[in-house]
Amino acid sequence: MIKAILIFNNHGKPRLSKFYEHYSEDTEQQIIRETFHLVSKRDENVCNFLEGGMLIGGSENKLIYRHYATLYFVFCVDSSESGLGILDLIQVFVETLDKCFENVCELDLIFHVDKVHNILAEMVMGGMVLETNMNEIITQVDAQNKMEKSEAGIAGAPARAVSAVKNMNLPEMPRNINIGDISIKVPNLPSFK
Amino acid sequence: MALKIVKGSIDRMFDKNLQDLVRGIRNHKEDEAKYISTCIDEIKQELKQDNIAVKANAVCKLTYLQMLGYDVSWAAFNIVEVMSSSKFTYKRIGYLAASQCFHESTDVIMLTTNQIRKDLSSPNQYDTGVALTGLSCFVTPDLARDLANDIMTLMSHTKPYIRKKAVLIMYKVFLKYPESLRPAFPRLKEKLEDPDPGVQSAAVNVICELARRNPKNYLSLAPLFFKLMTSSTNNWVLIKIIKLFGALTPLEPRLGKKLIEPLTNLIHSTSAMSLLYECVNTVIAVLISLSSGMPNHSASIQLCVQKLRILIEDSDQNLKYLGLLAMSKILKTHPKSVQSHKDLILQCLDDKDESIRLRALDLLYGMVSKKNLMEIVKKLMLHVDKAEGTTYRDELLTKIIDICSQSNYQYITNFEWYISILVELTRLEGTRHGHLIASQMLDVAIRVKAIRAFAVAQMATLLDNAHLLTGNTQRNGICEVLYAAAWICGEFSEHLEEPMATLEAMLRPKVATLPGHIQAVYVQNAAKLFATVLRGQEGAPADSTVAQETSQLLIDRLPLFVQSSNLEVQERASCILQLVKYIQKLQQKDVEVAEEVTALFAGELNPVAPKAQKKVPVPEGLDLDVWINEPPSGSESEDEGRKSKGKAVFAKDESRHTKPRYTEVDEKELAKRREVRKAEQANNPFYIKASPSSQKVYQDGVGVEHIPVVQIDLSVPLKVPGMPMSDQYVKLEEERRERNKADKKKKKDKKKREKGEKGRRRRGDSGPESEEDITPAHMVDIVTEEMPENALPSDDDDKDPNDPHKALNIDLDKPLADSEKKLPVRSHRPDEVLKSPMEDRQVVEVVPEPKKKTGKEKKEKKDRKKSKEKKKKHKQEEEEDLMGAGSEEPVQPEETKEVAAPPPASTPEASDLDFWLSNAPVPSNPQAAAAPASTPRTASGMAAVAPDSEPEEAKDTEPEETKSSTHKKKKQKKEKKKKKHHHNHSDGAGDESVQNGTVEEEEPLPPMSNYALLAENSYIKMVCDIQGNLQDGSQVVVSVIFENKCDSFIKSMEFNVLDSLNSKLQRPDGAGPHDGLIVPFQLPPGISNEARFIFSVQNIVMPQKLKGTLTFIVKTDDSSTHEKLDFKLHFTCTSYLITTPCYSDAYSKLLESGDLKGCSLKLEGVNQPFHHLLARICFHHHFSVVERIDSCASMYSRSIQGHHMCLLVKTADQTVSIDAKCDEPGLLGNVLDEIKLTFSQC
Repeated sequence: MIKAILIFNNHGKPRLSKFYEHYSEDTEQQIIRETFHLVSKRDENVCNFLEGGMLIGGSENKLIYRHYATLYFVFCVDSSESGLGILDLIQVFVETLDKCFENVCELDLIFHVDKVHNILAEMVMGGMVLETNMNEIITQVDAQNKMEKSEAGIAGAPARAVSAVKNMNLPEMPRNINIGDISIKVPNLPSFK
Repeated sequence: MALKIVKGSIDRMFDKNLQDLVRGIRNHKEDEAKYISTCIDEIKQELKQDNIAVKANAVCKLTYLQMLGYDVSWAAFNIVEVMSSSKFTYKRIGYLAASQCFHESTDVIMLTTNQIRKDLSSPNQYDTGVALTGLSCFVTPDLARDLANDIMTLMSHTKPYIRKKAVLIMYKVFLKYPESLRPAFPRLKEKLEDPDPGVQSAAVNVICELARRNPKNYLSLAPLFFKLMTSSTNNWVLIKIIKLFGALTPLEPRLGKKLIEPLTNLIHSTSAMSLLYECVNTVIAVLISLSSGMPNHSASIQLCVQKLRILIEDSDQNLKYLGLLAMSKILKTHPKSVQSHKDLILQCLDDKDESIRLRALDLLYGMVSKKNLMEIVKKLMLHVDKAEGTTYRDELLTKIIDICSQSNYQYITNFEWYISILVELTRLEGTRHGHLIASQMLDVAIRVKAIRAFAVAQMATLLDNAHLLTGNTQRNGICEVLYAAAWICGEFSEHLEEPMATLEAMLRPKVATLPGHIQAVYVQNAAKLFATVLRGQEGAPADSTVAQETSQLLIDRLPLFVQSSNLEVQERASCILQLVKYIQKLQQKDVEVAEEVTALFAGELNPVAPKAQKKVPVPEGLDLDVWINEPPSGSESEDEGRKSKGKAVFAKDESRHTKPRYTEVDEKELAKRREVRKAEQANNPFYIKASPSSQKVYQDGVGVEHIPVVQIDLSVPLKVPGMPMSDQYVKLEEERRERNKADKKKKKDKKKREKGEKGRRRRGDSGPESEEDITPAHMVDIVTEEMPENALPSDDDDKDPNDPHKALNIDLDKPLADSEKKLPVRSHRPDEVLKSPMEDRQVVEVVPEPKKKTGKEKKEKKDRKKSKEKKKKHKQEEEEDLMGAGSEEPVQPEETKEVAAPPPASTPEASDLDFWLSNAPVPSNPQAAAAPASTPRTASGMAAVAPDSEPEEAKDTEPEETKSSTHKKKKQKKEKKKKKHHHNHSDGAGDESVQNGTVEEEEPLPPMSNYALLAENSYIKMVCDIQGNLQDGSQVVVSVIFENKCDSFIKSMEFNVLDSLNSKLQRPDGAGPHDGLIVPFQLPPGISNEARFIFSVQNIVMPQKLKGTLTFIVKTDDSSTHEKLDFKLHFTCTSYLITTPCYSDAYSKLLESGDLKGCSLKLEGVNQPFHHLLARICFHHHFSVVERIDSCASMYSRSIQGHHMCLLVKTADQTVSIDAKCDEPGLLGNVLDEIKLTFSQC
């Protein structure tokens, strides 16, 4: 079971938090802080598994994370998950984000956290892995987005226009979180098809 | 209206949406909290509006704020409103918000039940999907109970997207509502073989999660999972299954034996590291479960260890980490194979990655021996000094203690060294493990008597330097060791050199800053020390003033503790203070008090095992639940309770009971009672007598007699000046060992005797290398912990009673009872749920139809056949050797054996599993392996065969034998015969039950299989099953199991079928119409595997036959030959039917519609129970039971092209009449003919 999925940046700002068990808002923040603390002090070239994380379940659980440019993707899982499998899942997740947002960067996650949630929901459900095939995930996400657009219809057009105008003022930031640049260190990862 | 909408949307444009909110927060870095609070106010305004779009927007923003840590539970109701919007866009926002912030105690959640139910049955698959996703996050016991039926229905939804979600969410439902597990399980099991890989994967996922917690309930699924494991190519699924097997093997070692081979194959063949790793892990689990060594096990272990070494040596830290992790599992059972990699592991201790160092530490545990313990601990102590973070240092500390104390201090040869290590560890600052060190000190000092003098000296030094430990006061966990130090000094004070100095150290004012429980121990042990001091002083002919001064010291210092805020300290201090004052008075009168004071603390304390108290058995005849006094009757106490409100109850009560009674008991009476009790206790074997040593016998031999006496062979000076460094001991120890070696040559005989003694006292020396050469520094005698007399050692008491999975420990193999067939429904909502068609369907679905067993039975049947086949072959070979081919006579016993082993008449799943598993050890002697499975059934089996069927059967089988031995290819005939054969078997089982007069409805069904023999020669055997494809109306899937019957490797199999106009084998793009399909695997000897081929068909009204050929290469060591095998595929009309459940109301509508044309059939002389008959139709002809009333049932099935087929089956006196209706009369006629054929074969 996956207990929680957290995304935060190099400064510990949460970009997405999904807990599959209920915690109070305060505990959640504490968990994010603690996890960030554990993960951020690790060197780049150490292993991606990490014990500890007293708050979620204790020693039963493991933190499995990947660091992409400015973002940490952290999965907290119990012993029934395969570590390498989860690393691969993170990779699938990020690649999916990359496809859905076209060159994903931290800003996409900042402004469209709801979309990220929707994508995640097609991969992991209630803490269990639902789908690992990227094409299938993207098909489903696209189909839902299409539905959303058709529902908005004409009424949605002006709103979209306004939001496009608003977005023009976005501060210029590097748009890429560099998926291509980070060489994936796990050799021979199976491509889960 | 339209204008209003446009106007609304224009208004909305200027509302703040999520992006604006985020942007705003980013622009208000300084006063973020303030900005957000204004935003929340805005949101509250927006939520008050009627426009759902505005509300959704507000909820969307709230979801974001929730992530930032703001409590949004106040908006729960608005979230429900947005969830119930008809637009998908808003619904999704609502469900997302709900999944983020709803939980079991959210009260509005109960308002959502109907909304969710509506969404679940929505025609839009994404509405359903979004509801399922949301529900998976916030499902409560109530929701689970109310929606379980709806979700179960969705498990058979036509869209795989919904099916997989529904399957997955069932796990959450089971957790919240365990009663649903049994009714839902058959369907869940079915989904393991779903055509969609996503659904299959979801089902595997759920069952693996369930099985992980309660593995034994899922053992019976092993064959099915085994099949999946050998056929699946999805790595996710494989990993899950392999992990599951890892959990199952400890329960069933035979399963392990079966697994080893395919797993080893996977290890060799897979390129996926994750899969490789899990395989290695499971192989390890298997090896652990097989305690007794099979000859080729060492090979498997070597393979694992070698693969793991590759992982550990890899530059990738992840693999290194996992390698170490798996290595630690091997360590437990096969320490030797790991020990050979000590170099590698010690190297990992220096890794820069903390996770890896921690894992390497785990491994060290098994690396130690008597020889290298000191060296390894020395290395660790270096790490302790270097370690920067406290977590890692604490881990090191616990590891050092673990390593040293493991298996009753097995590897410690020199306890002085150990004590000094412990003392050194106390210098760690800020460790959390003070109590751990303390308990070790206590344990060693109490149990190793030889070390006490040394320990006491060390502890005295510690006490003297207590200020070093308590540097930064109470926060420091290390001060716990003072607890141990004080107690050891007090309890074993006779070993103290200067008790007076220690006494003084224990009464320093600084002690008052220690935590209460430590002070209490200080005070108590100060008194013990005082006793020792007094004795020393009085024994010597010194003047009495010194003794009085000692008393004065206590009288001066104790008042500090009397004022303590800690009750325990206060109480002990004041008691002892008064005592000392009294003693001082006596001393002034020159009375000898020492002996009496010492008597206060006389006697030896024995170590008691931690679980001892729990293990005290309840004496026979003692029922702890029985009232000692009759309880006051309910009404009386109630009355009293009512009265008590007004009156003074307590006064009344008191006068009634207590006082008068006590006065009656006088001193004499008490004494008498005490005597009686003592006598009783003396005679009662269950009563734990007070250890004799605790009686007032000072220094009496009786108490300690049973503790083996210590012989101290002092070759090392016990006292090392100053605070000893453990290193000194290491050096001394080395010297001693050298010396010992030299000595050994001289005193060989003496040594032998010693060794004998050692062997008796200590646990067997299993350490590697020349352990025997190292004798302990002194004969250490470790006192074992005491346990009550008839306590049994067990490990039963470590389960967490609050584990939610405990409720899911449900036996799933037991057939469903009638009452269980539907989910229990809340009684106050009968109309809502009971009338829903789902409910009816539920009943139908869960009837123990054979369908739910199919997977297993197929497999089982297959295996049985396989084993028989093997047996046959083996036997045959023997016979050929002995008397040449084709002899009729010797075949006879074989034949009877065949008949004698019909499927088990009563098939509890457990025995199925046994059967499956009993085939496991085939390798050397298949006959022997199969024998235990078949022999017990022989007797009943013989009786079971109806007399008239025997000759026919015999005729059938014998030619078959001959044929196969002469390698002729008459498949078609054989196929038929095989089929007949098979039915005879099942019939046998049925007959038996008739004879036994036990024709009951509950009678278990005979196993059935749809796999029919396709073709067979001396190399290979093919059996096949044909089924329609759910997904595509024009396709039929043929599953063929290929079994290698010879001793050579079979490869390059090519499967080809001559297409007809109507049916075509689907070939990959670019292949010509006559090209064969390459079978995607090779077959090592004795192995079988399944391949699926898809055929497209146009007309399904008529049955048809297709000719085909299988070509393959048989490869032996020196040669390879091309072989071929012809076969005929028979597409019956039945194979175009798909088991489809149907509601009874839909069914009746269908019949009323009048589109269907009828036809009927009568079967005479069918003497099998009705439910067998139905099961047979369901199983062989893919029908499902819609409704059954007594001896009449309606059944339904659908063809792949959507023809409805309805049957009404009635039975009376061995006559079965079937009225059938279908919209395609040709198809119907053919199906009926096939049904007729099925039963005529019975």
